[in-house]
Amino acid sequence: MTGTEPTLTYVYAVAARTPGLGEVLARLTGVAATPLTLLAAPGSAEGAPAFAVSQVPAADWNATALKAHFEDITWLEQTARAHHQVVEALAAHTTVLPLRLATLYEDPDRALTALREQYEQFTDRLALLTGHTEYGIKAFITADADSDPLPTGTVPAVSPGKAYLRARKAQQHAHEEHHQAAVRAAQQLAATAARYAAAYVRHPAQSGPLARDQGENILNDAYLVPDEHADAFRADIEQAAAALTGVRVEITGPWAPYSFATPPAQPAETGTGARGAPT
Amino acid sequence: MTDPLDTRLGPLPSRATPLSYAPSSSASLADILERVLDKGIVIAGDIRINLLDIELLTIKLRILIASVDKAKEMGIDWWEHDPSLSSRHTGDPLVEENRRLREELEALRRDRLEPDAPPEREQPRRRAAPSKRNAP
Repeated sequence: MTGTEPTLTYVYAVAARTPGLGEVLARLTGVAATPLTLLAAPGSAEGAPAFAVSQVPAADWNATALKAHFEDITWLEQTARAHHQVVEALAAHTTVLPLRLATLYEDPDRALTALREQYEQFTDRLALLTGHTEYGIKAFITADADSDPLPTGTVPAVSPGKAYLRARKAQQHAHEEHHQAAVRAAQQLAATAARYAAAYVRHPAQSGPLARDQGENILNDAYLVPDEHADAFRADIEQAAAALTGVRVEITGPWAPYSFATPPAQPAETGTGARGAPT
Repeated sequence: MTDPLDTRLGPLPSRATPLSYAPSSSASLADILERVLDKGIVIAGDIRINLLDIELLTIKLRILIASVDKAKEMGIDWWEHDPSLSSRHTGDPLVEENRRLREELEALRRDRLEPDAPPEREQPRRRAAPSKRNAP
């Protein structure tokens, strides 16, 4: 920033303060290639929530400009990746609560006010997430073409058309079974993963243009895993995945706790119960 | 995707500072968008995009990372008329051209095969009502 053009304050994440946090931020570059700084309440202690921010050109980040930008997948990808890189680098250093893309304030003072207003919620959530890491587990149905080719020559003497239809029906039936078996396998995998997790969230399966080349996604979960269990978690998932047929399993992460930054809206503690979170 | 991470980060997967960029560079765009736009804390900023626009955006992104077929089932089809989605967002102008050519072919075929098609010669030039078989 030149210092002359008007800017807005872009907030990336809430981070628990550490002695080295300023240094980490100084090495980072944010959205629109802007430098990162720490925004904290004066005199706040170690571990207290602070904002990671950068100053972005107002002309490019006001509501009107943003609206146009959001329609542009290239801009969106660059911005999302830049935002994510900051969050990720911070998460490697301290506990963070990632903020949604494009959270903007008029100036640092306004951002600081927002930080103060939610100080307690942030503090509580940070404490709950400390020592935990998010992992994604995705399962895809593998192609079943090999297992059930159209049988040829084995069909007894019926008309060729009938034989074809019969074979086709058998093929569809096999395909259906393959699908169901894959879903069962994915559920089994999810049960294994849940044993290690303090909480989990089930995201919708990905099947749009951005995810199309990976095969049919039947499981897209996020697990919040205590760091001391991370190795066992991964090892067990990999082992379980290897034993499954019909599905391809992908572990993603470590992620900053994107999927767990906001407490569950309803008391859905039974399914996503954050049990055993250390303080 | 996470294999190299596995070996490098060892027992402390998320606390090894210098390697922290590895996952972000290798994570898929779908995974990143899903988290950055749909997860994470929402706090009220000073700059707000009109709520309606945000909903629209959410729907659009759902379509990018979720299923187009499902959206069609729900009757959402406006992206087919939205140039930013129909050509740019699906990535390839060829896809768009392909779609257009297919529509034209379909229209031509219809005109040939429909026995009760009106005799006027202007019919094949009309581009209206693509992909609706019995549209007049």
